[in-house]
Amino acid sequence: MSGYLHLWLIPLLPLAGFLINGLLGRRLPKALVTTVALLAPLAAFGVVVTACLSLNPLVPPACVSIPCGPPGWVYNSLPHVQTLGTWINVGTLRIDFSFVLDQLSLVMLLVITGVGFLIHIYSVGYMAHDEGYARYFSYLNLFLFFMTTLVLAGNALVMFVGWEGVGLASYLLIGFWFNKTSAAEAGKKAFIVNRIGDVGFLIGMFLLLANFGTLTFSEIATKLDANPAWMGGVLTATALCLLLGATGKSAQLPLYIWLPDAMEGPTPVSALIHAATMVTAGVYMIARTHVLFDHSPFALGTVAVIGAATALFAATIGLVQNDIKRVLAYSTISQLGYMFLGCGVAAYSAAIFHLMTHAFFKALLFLAAGSVIHGLGGEQDLRKMGGLRKKLPVTFATMTMGVIAIAGIPPFAGFFSKDAILFAAFTHGTLGKALWFVGLVTAALTAFYMFRLWYLTFMGESRNPDAHPHESPWSMLAPLVILAVLSLCGGWVAQGGRIYAFLAPATGAHPEAASGDRLEGILSILAVAVAALGWYIARMFYKEKTERPAQLAAAMPASYKLLANKYYVDEFYGATVVKPLMVTSTYFLGWVVDKAILGGAAWLLGGIATFCGALLARWQSGNIRSYAAWLAAGAAVLLLFIVVPWASVLATLGIHLNMAGR
Amino acid sequence: MNSFFSQEVPLVFYLLLSAVLFALGILGFLIKRNLITVFMSIELMLNAVNLSFVAFAHEWHQVRGQIFVFFVMMVAAAEAAVGLAIIIAVFRARATLAVDRIDLMKL
Repeated sequence: MSGYLHLWLIPLLPLAGFLINGLLGRRLPKALVTTVALLAPLAAFGVVVTACLSLNPLVPPACVSIPCGPPGWVYNSLPHVQTLGTWINVGTLRIDFSFVLDQLSLVMLLVITGVGFLIHIYSVGYMAHDEGYARYFSYLNLFLFFMTTLVLAGNALVMFVGWEGVGLASYLLIGFWFNKTSAAEAGKKAFIVNRIGDVGFLIGMFLLLANFGTLTFSEIATKLDANPAWMGGVLTATALCLLLGATGKSAQLPLYIWLPDAMEGPTPVSALIHAATMVTAGVYMIARTHVLFDHSPFALGTVAVIGAATALFAATIGLVQNDIKRVLAYSTISQLGYMFLGCGVAAYSAAIFHLMTHAFFKALLFLAAGSVIHGLGGEQDLRKMGGLRKKLPVTFATMTMGVIAIAGIPPFAGFFSKDAILFAAFTHGTLGKALWFVGLVTAALTAFYMFRLWYLTFMGESRNPDAHPHESPWSMLAPLVILAVLSLCGGWVAQGGRIYAFLAPATGAHPEAASGDRLEGILSILAVAVAALGWYIARMFYKEKTERPAQLAAAMPASYKLLANKYYVDEFYGATVVKPLMVTSTYFLGWVVDKAILGGAAWLLGGIATFCGALLARWQSGNIRSYAAWLAAGAAVLLLFIVVPWASVLATLGIHLNMAGR
Repeated sequence: MNSFFSQEVPLVFYLLLSAVLFALGILGFLIKRNLITVFMSIELMLNAVNLSFVAFAHEWHQVRGQIFVFFVMMVAAAEAAVGLAIIIAVFRARATLAVDRIDLMKL
């Protein structure tokens, strides 16, 4: 039946690439390393596309009846479950290695393998002169292995395997240039902050096991559907624990702090892992477990509030950053906040849609930024750029499309998805109105800081006379062009609500425009208007009156300092979490527990042994005659035991030994 | 006369002699300071044991004890050869044969 759909191939191909390049990459010629590294994601993408073509709902109904393959060809239908084996089978608990292909994972897989492949191509040019070329590509393939596992997982435990695995790959790639202290520190920071979120995910899984007895997503949904009145606090607790996991992975408040530092990694990594795919795993996880959130209005509201707050918060920080990659990092956090906002107003399909378009334009923006950095020989400071429009024409053209897309100007992709989320928020009760307003403000801020970045990078005159920018090779420009086209066209799938209708079986229906098209139209116009406003202010500040930003910063020194220092959140966490932990570890755990208690106990045992040894050592005098005397004494004692009939001697003294039978 | 000489010496006398010789050997081993005297004391103990072996063998008309004595003598000869060699080496190295001052085995 479904013999034509080999889901296990999708993660396995990148894994093979990882093993080949990871184990043998140093000895293989560079061309072969490149071939293997590119073939793995390309083949995985091919498998996903083949899977698409074999699906019932994706081909026109007229064709379904036509047998268009080998004999016995049957179109697959979604969801398609593939169980590879049993992992845990204890009592009533049974957890399988199961992969599920449904509308949700299909969209994710297309994005991951498709955008992933483009970024692999880009990396060939970007990393061409790096010593760790093979190591880099093996990590990248490893990431794809875990990410596809995460997305395909049919139950929470397999998802957790992928979840941890992408964290590992992220850690390895952030710290790719591990000789640089800041990169190594950033890798550790990302890993540790993610651990905090993972605790939430784990507790959520335990709660699921305790209450549902299963981790399989479809079974949980079935059980909840059978008992729709189930709205207890347990569900809320489970959902909130899962949400904590999602905030860690997707860099939301309060665990977003690792993502800006993650920019220490190579730029294509920032594009693939820290913009397009891995950081969206939290959004995917919420969409995947959306039945839980649907049954818990409180948890859903929390998702929405966290999303909106993060979107605004990160956008304000992004206004004043001077590092081109950091601006994009805060923009990513902000856009992820949008996706959370979409999930929080139960518009999961809109969130996934935004995830998809965001993957296109944010990967494009990061890769274009990488092209700029590459062309300037490693310069990341916006203040030292400028006037690159003519020097880097292709990068300029593609990045412009990315900027327009993220700003939300039609007909580019970002407009459609952002608009869908804002509309869903607006129609979601009274809280929704406030969330919508926050989203709208964020949209204006987004347009402002993106155009600020654009003006500072490409417009005006060069502010660094020493720079000799050069355009990147075509292996880097080709992905840019493809992604630019996707950033333009990627949103058109929403025309007539097609993407929502497609995703509906997996994520629930998208809130329809119940109150008529007029409201949606008005909201769209508002969104475009604020985006244009953001662009206008950016143009004023950075093109026409370039002295304005400095004046404004001087006029409001407190606000500017607050933003430039990122609200002092790192410092706050340092003082409230890291410092107490360090103090406790150093003084209590280190000195009291380790040195005093454990060390003392070990010292005591050692001391006793040494003391006894010293006593016995006196015996070992080295004097032969003393040995002989002890030998003789011992022999005499033994002789006494053997020769003297002790039992009868004692008996005569009136002492009877407890002998058997007496 | 006949009765006196034809009578065999009882086993117990041999054993007593053997025990006395063995005790003398132990005593000499423990109290003598000269390495050669200590060595001779060891030989004395060995031969005390040999004596009891032979006595028992004669008493019970068994040849095993006598065979054992050959083995002991052989080992004693080997021991004498090695032991004397060691003694000479020690003397060359330390210019003394006092047992108390040869305490290299001490920690």
